[in-house]
Amino acid sequence: MTFSLLAALPQVGEMTVATGAARWVWLAVAFPLVGFLVNGALALKRPEAKTAVSVVGTGVLLAAFAVAATVFVQLRGHPPDAPIIVSLWSWIVSTGMDIQFAFQVDQLSVVMLLVVTGVGSLIHIFSVGYMRADAGYARYFAYLNLFVAFMLVLVLGSNLPVLFIGWEGVGLCSYLLISFWYGDKANADAGKKAFLVNRIGDLGVLIAMFLLWWQVRSLEFVTIAARVPGTLPVDGGIIIAITLFLFLGCVGKSAQIPLYTWLPDAMAGPTPVSALIHAATMVTAGVYLVARNSVLFAMAPTTSMVVAGIGALTALFAASIGLRQYDIKKVLAYSTVSQLGYMFLAVGTGAYVAGVFHLVTHAFFKALLFLGSGSVIHAMHHAYHATHSHEDAQDMRNMGGLRKYMPWTFGLMLIATLAIAGVAPLSGFFSKDEILAAAFGRGETHKIWLLFWGMGLAAALMTAYYMMRLMAMTFLGDNRTGAKEREHLHEAPWIMTGPLVVLGLLSLIGGVINLPAFFPAGPHHVLDGWLEPVVAAASRLMPVAMPHGATEWALIGGAVTIAAVGLVLGWKLTLANPIPTAHDAPEDTGFARVLFRKYYVDEIYDALIVRPLVAFSRVVLWKGVDQGLIDGVGANGSAGLARALGWIGSRLQTGQLGFYVVVFLIGAVWLLRTVAQ
Amino acid sequence: MTAFLASIGYNGWILHVLLALPLIGVVPLVLAPAERAKRIALAVTLVEFILSVGLWWSVETISGTLQLTSSTPWIAAWGISYAVGIDGISLMMVLLTTLLMPLCVLGSWNYIGQKERGYYAMLLTLITGVIGVFVATDLFLFYVFWEVMLIPMYFIIGIWGGKNRLYAAIKFFIFTMAGSLLMLVAILALAWSVAAKTGTLSFDYTHLLANAGAAKALAPWLFGAFALAFAIKVPIFPFHTWLPDAHVEAPTAGSVLLAAVLLKMGTYGFLRFAVPFFPSVAASPFVTNLMLVLAVVGIVYGALVAMVQPDIKKLVAYSSVSHLGFVMLGIWAATVQSVQGAIMVMIGHGLSTGALFFLVGMLYERRHTREISAYGGIAKVVPVFSLLFGIVALSSIGLPGLNGFVGEFLVLLGSFGVHPVSTGIATTGVIFAAAYLLWAMQRILFNKLDKRENEALTDLSGRELAVMLPLILGIVWLGLYPKPVLLKIQPAAFKYVESVRGGPAALDLVQRPQEPGR
Amino acid sequence: MLLGPSLLVSAILFTIGVVGVMLRRNAIVLFMCIELMLNAVNLTFVALSQVLGLGGQVMVFFVMTVAAAEAAVGLAIILAIFRHTRSVDLKNINLLQG
Repeated sequence: MTFSLLAALPQVGEMTVATGAARWVWLAVAFPLVGFLVNGALALKRPEAKTAVSVVGTGVLLAAFAVAATVFVQLRGHPPDAPIIVSLWSWIVSTGMDIQFAFQVDQLSVVMLLVVTGVGSLIHIFSVGYMRADAGYARYFAYLNLFVAFMLVLVLGSNLPVLFIGWEGVGLCSYLLISFWYGDKANADAGKKAFLVNRIGDLGVLIAMFLLWWQVRSLEFVTIAARVPGTLPVDGGIIIAITLFLFLGCVGKSAQIPLYTWLPDAMAGPTPVSALIHAATMVTAGVYLVARNSVLFAMAPTTSMVVAGIGALTALFAASIGLRQYDIKKVLAYSTVSQLGYMFLAVGTGAYVAGVFHLVTHAFFKALLFLGSGSVIHAMHHAYHATHSHEDAQDMRNMGGLRKYMPWTFGLMLIATLAIAGVAPLSGFFSKDEILAAAFGRGETHKIWLLFWGMGLAAALMTAYYMMRLMAMTFLGDNRTGAKEREHLHEAPWIMTGPLVVLGLLSLIGGVINLPAFFPAGPHHVLDGWLEPVVAAASRLMPVAMPHGATEWALIGGAVTIAAVGLVLGWKLTLANPIPTAHDAPEDTGFARVLFRKYYVDEIYDALIVRPLVAFSRVVLWKGVDQGLIDGVGANGSAGLARALGWIGSRLQTGQLGFYVVVFLIGAVWLLRTVAQ
Repeated sequence: MTAFLASIGYNGWILHVLLALPLIGVVPLVLAPAERAKRIALAVTLVEFILSVGLWWSVETISGTLQLTSSTPWIAAWGISYAVGIDGISLMMVLLTTLLMPLCVLGSWNYIGQKERGYYAMLLTLITGVIGVFVATDLFLFYVFWEVMLIPMYFIIGIWGGKNRLYAAIKFFIFTMAGSLLMLVAILALAWSVAAKTGTLSFDYTHLLANAGAAKALAPWLFGAFALAFAIKVPIFPFHTWLPDAHVEAPTAGSVLLAAVLLKMGTYGFLRFAVPFFPSVAASPFVTNLMLVLAVVGIVYGALVAMVQPDIKKLVAYSSVSHLGFVMLGIWAATVQSVQGAIMVMIGHGLSTGALFFLVGMLYERRHTREISAYGGIAKVVPVFSLLFGIVALSSIGLPGLNGFVGEFLVLLGSFGVHPVSTGIATTGVIFAAAYLLWAMQRILFNKLDKRENEALTDLSGRELAVMLPLILGIVWLGLYPKPVLLKIQPAAFKYVESVRGGPAALDLVQRPQEPGR
Repeated sequence: MLLGPSLLVSAILFTIGVVGVMLRRNAIVLFMCIELMLNAVNLTFVALSQVLGLGGQVMVFFVMTVAAAEAAVGLAIILAIFRHTRSVDLKNINLLQG
């Protein structure tokens, strides 16, 4: 009978049977999941048990990190030739289809695993101090644990649908954590916006899955990578469509133009959330997705160019908005959007390793920046709270001179600032340099890549400027918090500063994982070698031409100079004139105002899409079609017609018996006549 | 389990008992004092559910044919018999019904304050009608059950409903009746046409199915009559306007059953009767395109209109229109994946929308209003309610890992290869679904707790948790491990696809793609 | 045997009944006219049974039974109406007017 087809198609891609620690990789997901359940139960039943919550919340993360480390050690000891697939159970089955709930352990997913659990652990520890006083402490850790579980599903999933569980799951947690303080409508709005905008991207991932299933009958990464090259023509319509739809998902999740608007709003959530979800992990999922499907993107050079172009444009555009923001977290948010743009520039260029490299270093220094800003906000908040003042604790115009009160935070954030600006030899320098060099190198194939490179360089200048501006406004100059409030400013407790120190160290030396050949000390190209098995196929299709020799040195020199110029400008220009407090500051005018209002993009979307759609649904569809046409004309109309006919008929009922008899008689005579004939 | 069932002759009597038990249960219920009515109803429905569970093991899933069949002449002169049988699709629908019934009784516990005996008697009668529709294998019997189901529902809305209940009840009745009378004519015409050819007048499903070709000349008309009856029931745009009214006015259990089970009778009718009887008409480009367009319009239209509803129940009602659009898309794309997905959506929608209506009802019992604007910020005072509401809403949105996703995913995945454009448009439904439910969630659960009346809301009671728990478990289970259910419905889905595409074509669809040369 | 005259009489009787029902307003008179028509039909049945067999005569018994039942019910209704409205004039009894 035909049901023999029930069995899944054989795997075409190569895979390795799981052995050793890799078999237990699912524990990395299970631990945070258990943490979620326990903390969730505590949140409902005993929200005051904060110690238990802290222990469980951070404990599960450390356990997950331990699992990740163990798997990493195993993989380093015995690098597998092909991804290790750990199948847990058969999830969705149909004819010719058996989607396993399976995890894929390979060099790429292990890198992500380490970043997510490692940086995640630090941020969890930081949160213990940061959220201590919040009534929703248990709920917070429940969500945070759930997020990590979903994020690990995302990076471990061995096929697109399982990845999609994590993909949407992290979106959900992001939604829950952005609207964490839901009593304020603005926060709830921001959460909803994040989810909806992400859904637009998810639509892309869904359609990409449908296209892939239609064309190659598989959704497994290894099978796709093996089948697509022989099935679809390079740069053909189908492969371009698949990759463009996948990229739409990345644009949503990783906040690229035109779907970036949710990320700055997402700062409504608690600051450690911004660090974990909206800087270090979730938003980089798009970059991971491209790297994971590098073969597809390498087969579609057109899409790759679009990816790089959108990335470069976003890097520049977002950085320009960052120039004129006053909210310390907004600056970092736009900075994140901008840095994500770099990563897409990298993966679009074909420098997948560079993209992942920047993803990792960015996770370090951006998490540090966010957590540092969290410490600052924490201190500011306490100061204002102590004096019952209602000033904005996040507005940099209310800060200034905090270096004196928070030396540790200042020092560590300075490291991160130099790293993100690209000062050698900090981590950001190496990763950013590699991206720009790759884009420049591709300029040989098409001039447009030089434009992308130029945009990246311009964005680097702006990055250095706005980061130094942030540092100067926050930590340098005179304090503007207020005389009384000043006395309450103090350094954050060690449970918060501790993770900062670790991240500071990583930002400082993170470059060591992929040092370029010109660097005097070794080992060189560790990450390149590590990820080689994952991106080899794509690299063959789309080789990256890295500049060498004098060109290379010129590029490096240019980049470092630009960083230095930006930093100095940011420092000098910011402190050139006294900064008024947020309370007294005059409104921005001219182009500064356009930048401050973020080019009015939110307003434009609202006016062009959101409002018309709601109005159309209400006025035309509901009131017009539903109530007017179908119900009014159709249903009630036919009811009215029946009533009208009945009314006419009822006129014949005079109630006079004589009339009835006459009518009856006429009828009878007529009937007789007819019968007689 | 199978051995145990065999030892008590389960397969022989189960369907008859499932049909008779609720009716028998009505007798003690009517005789007992009013305050005992709900306890009796609960007992009957629980027994019904426990008995029905065995079906899971007794329906085998290899052949996809009707099983546990039995037939007794009823009106022999007209070829009408009492014939029942069950396959993978109806199995799921029967289990869904029997699962929801005790929950409905529990959910009505404090809601129904007057004429309790009558209410529960109606509820029990409804079970017989609904299960009858799903297991009848004689078309005349099917029609009888179809109408039997209609009457208790009419009374449930009309007597125990809200302010505008009479309008809603009559609208519901007339809409359904308009379709079903045409269907009766079509059933008779089909039976006569087949009788004219084969010489036996019979309403037996298998007999008619085998010889439906006899009615070739009439086929478009007959299909039209069947399709109209089922389309109204589903409901397909533009026949959906009875649904919001009926949902809004019906008491909680009425809404739950309406959404979770009654709507599925429409799609079930397409799967079981309308399409397999007249595959040539159903597969004709005109009909297919029409249905696809209506399905896609339903998905998008339902979602957009749901977005702007001020009334929670109306919102959920329109969301049903949207979800059922996915079912119709899957049915008309007619690939194994899409049909399996369609049935999964039917089950999933039953659980999640049923749960949603229960939750709305619980809110209504506390505040006596369904206006979304009357709430806001209540997550603070009713955390457990909010958690459950969130889970259910997310499942309805189609979050992967919960049940809503599996069905929609399979429907879209299966349909895409056949109708890429329609499917692409339908996929946007996932965005709009998120829009209307998240917006509603925000306005109910989140924002500022600024209405005094809401501050005193009490969280869910043990009874209410007992109602929700099975549904939540089902939602998570079907989201993470739908395989057993998918396997149960696969053969039936396969058979359906074969009947539409005429055998071999069904296999083309699942043929292996060319292996790349490597 | 006397078939023609019998039918003629019955026709006249029937016509009187019909005209009475059409023109008179008094319920009792109306009722009598109806009885007249019924009996006209009876006469036809009896007359024709000479030619067509005994079936007609059997029919007469049916008609008489119906007439008796009708008299009982009809008079009761008229009585009830009279008690209600103090009149048996049909002009005033038009409850069926649409």
